[in-house]
Amino acid sequence: MKLEAVKRSALLAMWFILLTFPVMVVRVNTVTGVVQWRWSNLVLVGLGSFVISLVWNWALARTAGRGGEAAEAGATDEATGGSGLRIGERMSDLRTMLSEPRYRTPAYALLAVVIVAFPFVMSLYQTNIMISALVYVMLALGLNIVIGLGGMLHLGYIAFYLVGAYTYGILNRFFGIGFWVALPIGAALSVVAGILLALPVLRLRGDYLAIVTLGFGEIARIVMNNTTKFSGGPQGIGGIPRPTLFGLEMGLLGVTRYTYYIIVVVVIITVFVVYRFENSRIGRALAAMGEDEIAAQAMGVDLTRMKLTAFALGSVWAGIGGVILAARTTFINPASFTVWESVIVLCCVVLGGMGSIPGAIVGALALILVPEYLRAFSDYRMLMFGAVLVVMMVFRPGGLIPKRRRSYTVDVAHEEEVVS
Amino acid sequence: MILDVTELTMDFGGLRAVNAFSLQMDKGEIIALIGPNGAGKTTLFNCVTGVYYPTAGEIRIQPPGNDAESIKGLKPSTIAHKGLARTFQNIRLFPNMTVLENVMIGRHTRLKAGVLGAILRDKRTRQEEEQIIHDSFRILKKIGIEQWANNQAKNLPYGAQRRLEIARAMATDPFILLLDEPAAGMNPHETKDLEELIVRIRDTEEISIFLIEHDMSLVMSLSERIYVMDYGKLIAVGTPDEVKNDPEVIKAYLGEEVSA
Repeated sequence: MKLEAVKRSALLAMWFILLTFPVMVVRVNTVTGVVQWRWSNLVLVGLGSFVISLVWNWALARTAGRGGEAAEAGATDEATGGSGLRIGERMSDLRTMLSEPRYRTPAYALLAVVIVAFPFVMSLYQTNIMISALVYVMLALGLNIVIGLGGMLHLGYIAFYLVGAYTYGILNRFFGIGFWVALPIGAALSVVAGILLALPVLRLRGDYLAIVTLGFGEIARIVMNNTTKFSGGPQGIGGIPRPTLFGLEMGLLGVTRYTYYIIVVVVIITVFVVYRFENSRIGRALAAMGEDEIAAQAMGVDLTRMKLTAFALGSVWAGIGGVILAARTTFINPASFTVWESVIVLCCVVLGGMGSIPGAIVGALALILVPEYLRAFSDYRMLMFGAVLVVMMVFRPGGLIPKRRRSYTVDVAHEEEVVS
Repeated sequence: MILDVTELTMDFGGLRAVNAFSLQMDKGEIIALIGPNGAGKTTLFNCVTGVYYPTAGEIRIQPPGNDAESIKGLKPSTIAHKGLARTFQNIRLFPNMTVLENVMIGRHTRLKAGVLGAILRDKRTRQEEEQIIHDSFRILKKIGIEQWANNQAKNLPYGAQRRLEIARAMATDPFILLLDEPAAGMNPHETKDLEELIVRIRDTEEISIFLIEHDMSLVMSLSERIYVMDYGKLIAVGTPDEVKNDPEVIKAYLGEEVSA
């Protein structure tokens, strides 16, 4: 078994050497006509692919429940069914521990202290990064309703973010409307946009829905790019005022901290609302629709209403997020709302765990914060991003924190007298 | 008469799947629809429950305590709300939800709580939620699968999944239960349990039952009247004994003798 793996990896390494030989080893200088042979690269490619292949196979064997260590020690008994990587097991242990009030209360208290103290302990730069990460947390939570619960692949989510941001930008530009008034208007317009999109796509499912929503996202961006008089076109809208507090004068640091607290409060509200929605009659019906549309329909779930509700409730958060984004950056242009942004939000949801609220939060924080702190490796960022996604989907397809189904306890003693 | 299907026709392009089929059902009856594979039985079910829009014909129901009304062309969710619940030939549970949640979805159509109620979680919503859990558990108990209440539906044994489909359909408070091959894939022991369950549902819940089934022993012992369908047409109707000896039925199932 062990030798077999080494053999396979060696073979793979040979193949990779052959494959990359023309690119990695041979270099022809066309000016001087000299061929340069870089043999050290050959060794590096060989060793690298050999090691990666070994690790990969070992990890795969572990997830398959074979138990790498047990096989190594030559143990003959069946390896105990440890599925998932060790990190995953630890994480679910942690979750079980956190569900006990004894640990939960101090853990939440600690979290609250960290959140409140963050902008005072950390620099302005860090606070700014955290604000944008928290905006993405909101987006991920909103998209999670549509994708995680409703099972509708939505690739144009960023359009609602755009609606929110431009609502504030345009209203401020033409009517001088402030942040606090723009916030509900942005949210409302996003809901309207969500319903407008949902109406034509009610009959669509899966791939077709994905394509239509993708198109919708692009339409929103291109319209903003071309209606120059209205939206400033590619130049965007600048000089958007930051959030205000009863006309109080705050420096840049103060206003950033203030924005941070606003977004924290809004995220908390989002989590609260999404959590309650998920565990309600409508949320449950939406989840049922995500699992099987035909069966849900046969059980009396009105698909039209469910889809409209999902889109409306999903886009409201993007709208609020958009208004906050506009207020934070004081400048918006269509380039901030490309398909790529939709894909990032989608990745946050999938990476965190579809349908899971803590998953969406952790996924968004990880995907936004990690690249920020890895600026040193900015050349390889996208490479790492892709690699992480591939590794995640192979070894933990349920996401970082997979959704857990709620279990209900029924008072059996009480039941006895009811059931005759 | 609680269900009255008259001259129902369903075309798929050039194919006439159901051809001027008529069927009547009285309160408290157990009727069966049988026929060879591809005869159009499930298509008829799909027309009655609103999955398909029939090409021609009429479907009327008479819910208890209400006037007779047409349900032709209504949405499946509306028809479920009016009191027709169904199960599926190939099990269509919500696989990743728990058994109890599956049944709770069935209660959906009988309750009112909306989005705002869910978020504010006012007293009425909480009471309603408690009521759903309570009712759903009671239904599971009646069907006899309450020990799996918090398991994911996909992890249930096959027979229990079939029973869960019935439980979920019953949760919608139907007056007609349409069962599409409920005994498919069951062993004789499970089939016998199912037979008892169906009779019990009819007797204690006052639900009339309309089933499609290939298991002849089940059909013959259970149903009061049998409709036989072949190539979308009604070829025979009557009590089990009448149908068993009908030459048309024997021809449809066994074929004709070739007279050379």
